[in-house]
Amino acid sequence: MVILGIETSCDETSVAIVQEDPPYSGSFYVVVNHIASQIARHAPFGGVVPEVATREHLLNLPRLVHNALQDCELTPRLIDAVAVTEGPGLAASLLIGHSYARAFAIAADKPVIGVNHLEAHLFSPFLTHRRPVAFPFLGLIASGGHSILVHVRSWDDYKRIGATADDAAGECFDKVAKLLGLPYPGGPEVEKMARHGNPTRYDFPRSFMQAGNYNFSFSGLKTAVRYFAERHPEVLTDGNMLADVCASFQAAVVEVLVRKTVDAALRTGVPRVLAAGGVLCNNVLRQALAEECRHQGLDLMLADASICTDNAAMIAAVAGGKLAAGIHPRIRADIDPNLSLFARQPDREEADAFRAGREGKDGKPRKGNENRAVYTRRQRGALHPGS
Amino acid sequence: MDTITLNSPEDMYDLGKRLASELRGGEVLALYGGMGSGKTHFVKGLARGLGYTGEVTSPTFTLIHEYDGGRLPLYHLDLYRLEEPDAVSRLGVEDYFGGPGVTAVEWADRAEPLLPGLTWRLHFSSPSESRRTVTSIPARH
Repeated sequence: MVILGIETSCDETSVAIVQEDPPYSGSFYVVVNHIASQIARHAPFGGVVPEVATREHLLNLPRLVHNALQDCELTPRLIDAVAVTEGPGLAASLLIGHSYARAFAIAADKPVIGVNHLEAHLFSPFLTHRRPVAFPFLGLIASGGHSILVHVRSWDDYKRIGATADDAAGECFDKVAKLLGLPYPGGPEVEKMARHGNPTRYDFPRSFMQAGNYNFSFSGLKTAVRYFAERHPEVLTDGNMLADVCASFQAAVVEVLVRKTVDAALRTGVPRVLAAGGVLCNNVLRQALAEECRHQGLDLMLADASICTDNAAMIAAVAGGKLAAGIHPRIRADIDPNLSLFARQPDREEADAFRAGREGKDGKPRKGNENRAVYTRRQRGALHPGS
Repeated sequence: MDTITLNSPEDMYDLGKRLASELRGGEVLALYGGMGSGKTHFVKGLARGLGYTGEVTSPTFTLIHEYDGGRLPLYHLDLYRLEEPDAVSRLGVEDYFGGPGVTAVEWADRAEPLLPGLTWRLHFSSPSESRRTVTSIPARH
């Protein structure tokens, strides 16, 4: 089985081809995984990222698809399915990939499968290790936009164990780097500086560390570093102090992520931990997770750094995994910028609030979807960038 | 010009929650102020005050979060990463202004030329480690 994957949920345009190998094994490998990153293009200028992105996606996507097919000497006819991110993400960016994938699939007469971006991160370690998907497991996704712990029992049976209450772990790395005068992207810079520092030199706060609390909060840690830098402006010029601050800060993030992940795995009773997302490029975190999982007798699977950041190979692989399991997911008619990983089970309060929002003053339901106008305007903007 | 002093993150949350009751839809709230000055906490309160019960987190990387299901939709924008004015206009922030929902824009200085005339400007600052102030600046004419 050969799957073409397309991902345009945020800054990166990515196109990938994954193949099931050996046939009918349910395990996939990456044939090609092309990423046109707007970060790379902007880093030399020191700019904090992206020219978001609709026009870039629009320009990149046809070229990347063409190159990907050519690199593997494939024609559209030899592909089994097209997989595309349908959410969560930026509406205008998602729309480019979604429209392109559907058009491509119609032209090639292939099925098109909508994939949840977070679900793809969750399963990406199976792709790295070329192993068929196995349940149950505890998944950690730590990236610039997300920090989340998920109990995965089977396909489409995901239970939220914890998530960040404010900033994501990767965001915290980047903002702290900026506070300390380090260049973008900040995560790798902090790690580099931290190598020569003493991780116990400064005591930065670890939030929500009570047993049984699996949520994260990194905003207080960020603010603590901010005040440290204001009280000690010399940190910007004193290399040793900077190294100690970076090491101590990194130790705080790593301790929180590792402790909560391992505790959650033990409490849910799963035999295996999977971790992915951009923050898993951090080697100190990878080592600490490996050590703690070994200590607790948990099997650990880490996504390789090359598929930790946003990419299309993970999108294609999750679609392939579902097809291999006999599940044929349908694509949505529209993208969903707020697509959740979890089945919606609105409690009463939520249901009431929902009704209140949908009813006019006279108590009669308003007609249609009030948000439709917003979407239509946005779609027009997306399809005619620069207008 | 009104300045409110807040002594805890909970105070900031409550301010957002109280302010939500004043909103009728279509408002743009431009939030200014540095890292850790309480902008995201304020938006959390705002969302809850509008009746949204889901999670509200920082959109720094994801750029836009849409909170649907409350009394009014709330669009939570964060322009921190967009240092070039061109990037802000390409994000299509204007699409959110004047719609049925409420738009809260963190790091709004990056969208200054695009903000509509009746934008409600709130400046967040931190005079001490435990105190925050929010100053409301009247709309320009």
